[in-house]
Amino acid sequence: MHLYDVPLVFALIGLGLYAVLAGADFGGGFWALTAGSGPAGERIRDHVHHSVAAVWEANHVWLIFVLTVVWTAYPVAFGSIASTLSVALIIAGFGIIVRGAAYALRSGTSSTAETRVVDTASGLSSVLAPFTLGAAIGGIASRRVPVGNAAGNLITSWLNPVGILIGVLAVATCAYLAAVYLAADAARGEEHDLTRRFRARALGAGLAAGAIALGGVAVLHADAHPLYHGLVAGDGAPALILSVLAGICALGLVWTGRFEAAQYTAAVAVAAIIAGWALAQQPVFLPHLTIAQAAAPHDTLVAITVAVLAGAAIVFPSLALLFRLTLAGRLGYTDNAAAAPTPVAAVLSASTPGLLVRVAAACLLVSLAFLTAADARWAHVIGVSALLVFILTGFLAATPAELAQTSASRENHAE
Amino acid sequence: MTAFAFPPVHQGYLLQARQMQALSFSVHIPLVCFGIALPAIILYVEWCYLRTGDTLYRTLAQRWTRIMVALFAVGVITGTILSFEMGLLWPNFTATFGSVFGLGFAIEGFSFFIEAIFIGIYVYGWGRLSPRLHFASGIPIVVSGITGSFMVIAVNGWMNHPSGFRLLRGKTVDVHPVAALFGNSYFWHELLHMYLAGYIVTGFLLAGAYAVGRLRRFPIPPTRYERTALAIPLTIAALAAIAQGPVGDWAARDVATTQPIKLAAIEGLGTTTKGADEHLLGWYVDGEVKYGIAIPKLLSLLAFHNPHATVQGLDTVPPDQRPPVNVVRVAFQTMVGIGALLGLIAVIFLFVRWRHKRLPDSVWFYRGLVLAGPLSVLALISGWVTTEVGRQPWIVYHVMLTNQAVTGASGIPVSYGALALVYLAVACGVAWVLRRLARAPMDPGQSSPSPAAG
Ligand code: HDD
Ligand code: HEM
Ligand code: HEM
Repeated sequence: MHLYDVPLVFALIGLGLYAVLAGADFGGGFWALTAGSGPAGERIRDHVHHSVAAVWEANHVWLIFVLTVVWTAYPVAFGSIASTLSVALIIAGFGIIVRGAAYALRSGTSSTAETRVVDTASGLSSVLAPFTLGAAIGGIASRRVPVGNAAGNLITSWLNPVGILIGVLAVATCAYLAAVYLAADAARGEEHDLTRRFRARALGAGLAAGAIALGGVAVLHADAHPLYHGLVAGDGAPALILSVLAGICALGLVWTGRFEAAQYTAAVAVAAIIAGWALAQQPVFLPHLTIAQAAAPHDTLVAITVAVLAGAAIVFPSLALLFRLTLAGRLGYTDNAAAAPTPVAAVLSASTPGLLVRVAAACLLVSLAFLTAADARWAHVIGVSALLVFILTGFLAATPAELAQTSASRENHAE
Repeated sequence: MTAFAFPPVHQGYLLQARQMQALSFSVHIPLVCFGIALPAIILYVEWCYLRTGDTLYRTLAQRWTRIMVALFAVGVITGTILSFEMGLLWPNFTATFGSVFGLGFAIEGFSFFIEAIFIGIYVYGWGRLSPRLHFASGIPIVVSGITGSFMVIAVNGWMNHPSGFRLLRGKTVDVHPVAALFGNSYFWHELLHMYLAGYIVTGFLLAGAYAVGRLRRFPIPPTRYERTALAIPLTIAALAAIAQGPVGDWAARDVATTQPIKLAAIEGLGTTTKGADEHLLGWYVDGEVKYGIAIPKLLSLLAFHNPHATVQGLDTVPPDQRPPVNVVRVAFQTMVGIGALLGLIAVIFLFVRWRHKRLPDSVWFYRGLVLAGPLSVLALISGWVTTEVGRQPWIVYHVMLTNQAVTGASGIPVSYGALALVYLAVACGVAWVLRRLARAPMDPGQSSPSPAAG
């Protein structure tokens, strides 16, 4: 592997994590959409919302990660892809808007009717977004994205047999991943009726995804022969086999009710197929553009590699914390069961307000002198620091919290 | 020969593409202010709770947390649209310079991770984590709000004052991304100015919401809850509003030295002048400001600290390299006018607070406060219009024109119209949910931010 391959590996790992993690969020939207009415449907929709609410934003960022790595390390490829596939991407963007807005709105809904409207909108967009993103990948994989500013066909570059195949497969995979995840979550909460329902859904969606993937081989043979060849007989073949095995294994685990293990195995199946695509296609990125030709200059590749590794060292432990807390059921809206803190002080107040006001005023004057009257860089550093001290001391002098105490004994703050 | 990554294209809808970008920013940036300022404000309130054990603070922190979650979700999706637009609208810009500025966005991506992860923990950890742990989980949110804006502003500073690369037959060579982004002195004023703007916008909007309630019940004295809820954001916004003036002046002097044509557009200076006058209000026609109030030599004095300094006029570049003067000028004057007004409100408030140890009681003060929130958003957008439209017709100052960056794809008006409709719907939804949250019954004793029950 060369340095110019490294960011692409990062991007593919990001894509895999996006597919598995955000894919499960989208799939949850699909199950909420198809949950039906009545209390049973409502229970499903609530379960979906509660399982996903704390993690969807973190899962979504993987998409941003992929975009930024690709446009930094392979700018020409990014410009070509985004401009030719603009229609697919803008539709996916609308899907993401509606989906995210639904999370914001759901916290304000009070009646089931309102919740249903929000869930329906979010469910429809949960189908639209994975379909269009999958179709866009189909466009790249079937070599329909030439180098250039919108140089390919805006519609047929993604609405074509391979694009539609991968789009549909993406929707089915999302539904499958979500069902497994939600079944595992329900089993952990010992909600047996939900576990049963999601087990059935997982089996259905898993079989559907498998059938689509099998049928897809014929589509690839007809419509994207180089990819077909690379996957079946070329470098991608081992990954394809791994993916098939993991997929079958995951279904078996769902059947026997071992959802947690099924989750990881299903993730392996998805990751393997992405790796298979990459291996089958390399060293070609876009038609007439190899990865080496697409790569940014050396300094940029070094900088992005260092940045990603350093970022990963911070982000992965944080993600682990988030998922550990989620899985342990320690996150969720609750009444305040936790112990109240032991107060350190009964009242907050500025000890010497008069002095603080004077210090604040002096700092403001100093900052005016150094920031406005002077031009040198060191003078601006002093000016900015004085300005920050002004804000801090001014805040302390005004201690707004003090207002809460002045007549605490006489008044009640609650309405 | 191509000067950039892709050969030139014809795009009949450049203006719509620019407006689509402007619309996306105008929606994202006010939301981002809440991402910058609200976590810090909430943490302060939670700290008060931990110190005093007074449940009033916990109620406040929990209610504001719910606002933060809702706005964060919308900030995330509008930011995602902005990322898409880098390729959808300006593929030649990204294809040519992605290797120079992209690093900033990649690091920003990691800030978003941290922000999203700890927002998940903080919001859904109320009452479930120990008080100290819960407080600690809020700190990374504040830090990543700073680093996130730092990175995106570094990119904007680079676009305004590009360096760190050479162009050779359409390819960037000698690229030094770290030096390009962070070795650039132009972005420091932008960062500080934007950061303060975040606190101004958040503080005045939040305080304004409580001022509305105060006016409704006037002259009944405010309850303890109302006083505290109003005073905390207002104190922060007031201090930031006072500090914003000197920083804005610094920004203007940086613009004067590095982007003289932007300054000429801001001031409506048609011809290069020695000892230039400053004009308040008025309208720019035929190379000069008409109907304005002229203050002799003030422009030279402000921009270069010398009343006789020569200020470069718009006539030094050909007409097709000048930005739309009146748009920039009106935007700038709107920002400065509002900035002065906010400063006045701030001084009145702080004076009463420090002198009389209470909140102002005049009805007029609260009426002004209600207006201050929306006005500060207007100032924020106007400031960005000054910066971005003032840089036109360049997307990368003196390197690449906006019409060289634009996509060759058709259908921009359709996407623009659709985006406008979707954002309108989202705006209505957000307004609705915020009203719901504001009206939710309040029982500070054991209230919880429960979405299912709320
Ligand atoms: C609440 C918002 C707010 C307020 C009250 C002010 N500004 Fe501002 N201004 C901004 C919000 C803003 C901004 C939106 O944040 C900008 C856009 C780019 C930037 O760095 O900050 C900006 C840009 C900006 C620029 C252009 C910088 C550039 O192109 O790089 C100048 C010269 C000023 N401002 C000057 C001022 C002055 C003299 C003010 C007097 C009080 C003022 N601003 C108040
Ligand atoms: C990095 C990629 C960016 C691109 C391609 C870009 C390009 C543009 C363009 C073409 C416009 C329209 C100007 C017009 O209407 O005449 C615009 C507007 C704007 N930009 Fe940028 N810009 C970028 C970065 C930024 C950044 C980093 C910021 C803020 C930090 C920013 C803030 C704005 C704002 C607020 C507007 C709205 C102006 C209005 O309302 O008319 N831009 N941008
Ligand atoms: C070219 C310009 C911009 C792009 C491409 C962009 C991109 C994004 C993206 C993708 C997100 C969502 C992150 C997530 O998924 O969690 C986001 C959110 C955010 N953006 Fe922007 N953004 C731009 C302009 C700005 C500006 C001008 C600022 C302010 C200085 C800013 C600060 C933030 C912050 C603080 C968030 C966190 C979300 C929140 O707290 O609401 N961004 N942005």
